[in-house]
Amino acid sequence: MSKCTASDLLGGKFPEAVKTVSEFRGETTVVIDKARLREVMTFLKANEETRYDLLVDMAGADTGNESPRFFVAYLLHSIPFNNRLRIKVPVAEGDVLDTVSDIWRAADWMEREVYDMFGIGFNKHPDLRRILLPDFFVGHPLRKEFPLKGNDFDTPFRVCLEEEKGNRADG
Amino acid sequence: MAETRFMTVNMGPQHPATHGVLRLLLELDGEIIVKAVPDIGYLHRGIEKLAESMTYNQALTLTDRLDYTSGISNNLAYCLAVEKLLDITIPKRAQYLRVLMAELQRIAAHLLWVATHALDLGAMTLLFYAFRDRETILETLELVTGARLTPSFIRIGGLAADIPETFLPRVMAFVEDFPKRVDEYETLLTENIIWKKRTRGISPLSGADCINYGVTGPVLRASGVCYDVRKAYPYSSYEDFDFEIPMGKSGDVYDRYLVRLIEMRQSNRIVKQAAAKLPEGPVTAVDAPLVVPPAKEEVGRDIAALIRHFKIMEQGFSVPRGEVYASIESSKGELGFYIVSDGTNKPFRMKIRPPSFINLGALTKMIEGQMVADVVAAIGSIDIVLGEIDR
Repeated sequence: MSKCTASDLLGGKFPEAVKTVSEFRGETTVVIDKARLREVMTFLKANEETRYDLLVDMAGADTGNESPRFFVAYLLHSIPFNNRLRIKVPVAEGDVLDTVSDIWRAADWMEREVYDMFGIGFNKHPDLRRILLPDFFVGHPLRKEFPLKGNDFDTPFRVCLEEEKGNRADG
Repeated sequence: MAETRFMTVNMGPQHPATHGVLRLLLELDGEIIVKAVPDIGYLHRGIEKLAESMTYNQALTLTDRLDYTSGISNNLAYCLAVEKLLDITIPKRAQYLRVLMAELQRIAAHLLWVATHALDLGAMTLLFYAFRDRETILETLELVTGARLTPSFIRIGGLAADIPETFLPRVMAFVEDFPKRVDEYETLLTENIIWKKRTRGISPLSGADCINYGVTGPVLRASGVCYDVRKAYPYSSYEDFDFEIPMGKSGDVYDRYLVRLIEMRQSNRIVKQAAAKLPEGPVTAVDAPLVVPPAKEEVGRDIAALIRHFKIMEQGFSVPRGEVYASIESSKGELGFYIVSDGTNKPFRMKIRPPSFINLGALTKMIEGQMVADVVAAIGSIDIVLGEIDR
């Protein structure tokens, strides 16, 4: 495991995009401005000194009452240099992020999951649909205000006959 | 001239070769797949949401139900993440036992994989042999954990209990026997002409594509990329053990098969070493009295211990503010937990990085342009478990 130098590099290259750099339990987290996300990510992947070629994971989170309300964390791993870096982007409610699915194809499904669970949109995503929940689902369950039991927990199941729906089997 | 149309075929979710409830929409030009759209989520239970309502100890039981073929590995990944937040050290004996059990579990998971994968492709015999050996492992693990599939045995701060005396002799007997068993499997498949025809050159993935799609685990290594969390970020004393990372070249279904077979042999080596040099000592952290419940004898003797026990069981423990990511090499790939803590006794956000979910994302790349009969081979070769894909 080699030392992560990317945070210094980023600070030098994009001084106005990098908001904070922090270390916790040996992990480096860089918070960046969402407007510069794609530039920073492209740089991190292509630069000879960083080469973050593997997007390990992407996680959305709802901070509840902070402003901006959400953040999205990208965990990068560099196979040549064997180190990890976390990039965090704060997102306000109703805001959209730029997709990174053309930089790493892995982001395709990850962004769909973030959209599904938090309702954070992604600009220019090739196929932004729900992924784990059905298309007709209402709400985004990992938001803090979403009830743990779901919205329809107390609604009893009801037998729905075909005739009732108005589409009888015989046509 | 007649009009040509593509035919859309719906495969799953109730299809034996999708290993659970995966649904695929295949658009076919004759027998060639033009487009494939996976549809997942049929097994979604909201584990990440549920975890936010549970204390750290309670949330452990949810992890058993991710990849239900390797419960021990899931427990380990989760505990490593919480322990990283708590910043506690685990005694060597517990670390070695964790490695020992996780590697046994990897063998069991790979055996299940080779059995069902071969069955999917029409080689039924292997199923019976592989399940016989898997049964031995599950019985051995049951001896320690009391459960076959949902152990919850690796706890935050160490292990739930020390091993019984009969455990190590059984493990050693298995370890001595196992290499011969793998030889047996190889005689059934490795040079089998039908097996080779069904797997060689089928749904290959280049190393660069694997990295681009975030693929990890045996599928990535079969494409010739060396990335294994056990070597890249050694956890739980993996640096003490001697083992190799098998790699393939062509990244096809056959290479994935070979990589997993060698992995079983290597896991066997690790189990052997861990059992041979298992240190003496406690199996729970000694520097974390607020996390690890006191021993039973102590609870009966000391009122303070009783109160402590009660508090841990009733309220759990508070975890420092911060965010960590810890991952392990599970049998499917990199299994990681990203936990954000707000300083209370419940995880504020727990994101699971399930290897199967991300590996499945590369399925369309693997099968588009291939024959429809090879879809089953491709799905089998990724080794998906819908429990962790859908969470």
